[in-house]
Amino acid sequence: MATTQIAPAARERLLPPETGRAGFADALRSEFTKIKSTRSTYWTLLALVVVCVGIGALASAGAAAHANEVSKGTFDATQQSLAGLYLGQLVIAVLGALTITSEYSTGMIRTTLSVQPRRGVVFAAKAVVFAMISLVTGLIASFASFFVGQALMSGHHLSVTLGDPNVLRAVIGGGLFLAACGMLAYGLGAILRHTAGAITAAIGLLFVLSVLVGFLPGSWQDHVDKWMPMIAGSQVWTTQVPPDAHQFPAWGGFAVLAGYAAVAIIVGLVCFRTRDA
Amino acid sequence: MIEARGLTKRFGDKLAVDQLTFTVEPGKITGFLGPNGAGKTTTMRMILGLDRPTRGSVTVHGKEFTKLAYPMHEMGALLDAKAVHGGRSAYNHLLCLAETNGIPRTRVGEVLELVGLTEVAGKRSKGFSLGMGQRLGIAGALLGDPGILMFDEPVNGLDPEGILWIRNLMKALAGEGRTIFVSSHLMSEMENTADHLLVIGRGRLIADCSVAEFIERNSVQAVRVRTPKPEILAGLIAEAGGSTVPGAAGALVAQGLPVDQIGDLAFENGIRLHELAPAQASLEEAFMELTADSVEFHAHAPGQRDAGAASTDRMHPAGVA
Repeated sequence: MATTQIAPAARERLLPPETGRAGFADALRSEFTKIKSTRSTYWTLLALVVVCVGIGALASAGAAAHANEVSKGTFDATQQSLAGLYLGQLVIAVLGALTITSEYSTGMIRTTLSVQPRRGVVFAAKAVVFAMISLVTGLIASFASFFVGQALMSGHHLSVTLGDPNVLRAVIGGGLFLAACGMLAYGLGAILRHTAGAITAAIGLLFVLSVLVGFLPGSWQDHVDKWMPMIAGSQVWTTQVPPDAHQFPAWGGFAVLAGYAAVAIIVGLVCFRTRDA
Repeated sequence: MIEARGLTKRFGDKLAVDQLTFTVEPGKITGFLGPNGAGKTTTMRMILGLDRPTRGSVTVHGKEFTKLAYPMHEMGALLDAKAVHGGRSAYNHLLCLAETNGIPRTRVGEVLELVGLTEVAGKRSKGFSLGMGQRLGIAGALLGDPGILMFDEPVNGLDPEGILWIRNLMKALAGEGRTIFVSSHLMSEMENTADHLLVIGRGRLIADCSVAEFIERNSVQAVRVRTPKPEILAGLIAEAGGSTVPGAAGALVAQGLPVDQIGDLAFENGIRLHELAPAQASLEEAFMELTADSVEFHAHAPGQRDAGAASTDRMHPAGVA
């Protein structure tokens, strides 16, 4: 019977190091293996790029078709080409939530925590791996949307280049914005431990809330609007802000979004560490 | 070695595990036995740190499981074969587990070979049968070549071949000097594999002894006798302080007297014997009796009385510590 092969020879080779412990670097490697070994990761990341570039291209082509009506003074060609980010944030939120909720829906979390029971290490490794992947994919989506959009508008003298004021910051900011939305959903996923619930909460917080604020009286809107995570975070991927808008500056707005994400992640970590798995 | 001291877990107003104190000794197969809902899984989850004890503590090799430097090298566990991401291949599943403890990639191939899943290593585990899933879970537990292995109901739902495979695997692992802690709700399964028994019911420890001791303490010694003159022998046994009931195929089942004495009685009175053999109540019966009071939900077959009450009418086992 095969069982006799568990074998002393194998045993000596498998002795763990005398010092040290299973730690963060090992967990990072493991979480990277996890995220790259499921098909949903690839589909979601592909969907992210397609949605961002596709909608950005539509918006840019639309602007080009009505080039005569566009007022050159206030038209933000960068933001126009990045219009797909509005939907892209929802796609990355789905992946962010799934990164942690799929462990609960499949039961994998019990296996994960019985090979690495130090929960803070697991939580941090997952967060870092997802942050890296979402940032890289977010930057790809943002830059691709920008170049495709500008190419479509270039014939109509609407386009800008990366060398123009604030443009490079806005395109990089687009990638950061997507990553931050994903991290917000990751934190919500850890709190709710349920895929549909976490995605609904993320969409509610990012999207629905911003829409609802639109129904408030104008004087309230000026004060509430800028604190909405999506609206605040979007400032980092615009190059022009109308002087009468009551918005945060680019990085200030991004900091507000990052703050929401940080709160979700910290609460998520506390839940992850203290609740029975 | 696993040591629990006053281990207690409360869910709301329900006490799932109630002050368990036990030691799982090294180099043995310890069976963890109890009816469904007795608290076996909760106890195992507390050993792994998945559930936090309400009170008490449990250690693995003298440390809390969460404080072990390389947990996979100390203890491998299989609680639930379905606790995997079905979208991941068997190989990648094991690889992501191995990496957390710095276990080399080559070991993944070894354990796949060991459990006989090499051919389906690249397949997604959602298509696996229950038996294959169980093998995958065991492969994961063996990755770190641990000294302790913990399995929760490993044979549940398996076909006879799968059951035999797991039974042999556990014996082989114990033969290599490993500690095996395995739960079951079937006494018959433990009778065949375990050296030592921990029996729990409603979260409380009912027995902590070797399998032999368990049998001795919990089964009534009976003697099966076949003779052409059962009435006469029955009378003699009764005179000597024993009792008899009619058994199958015209035999007598005598209680309260040792085999030797019954043989001597027959010889001295010139009664011809065709059969004289010690008989024991099966371990399953002993277990049912022991846990009868602690079963969560009693089921009654139509027209039958409560199983526990019926069996206590029949015999009165010696109490177990």
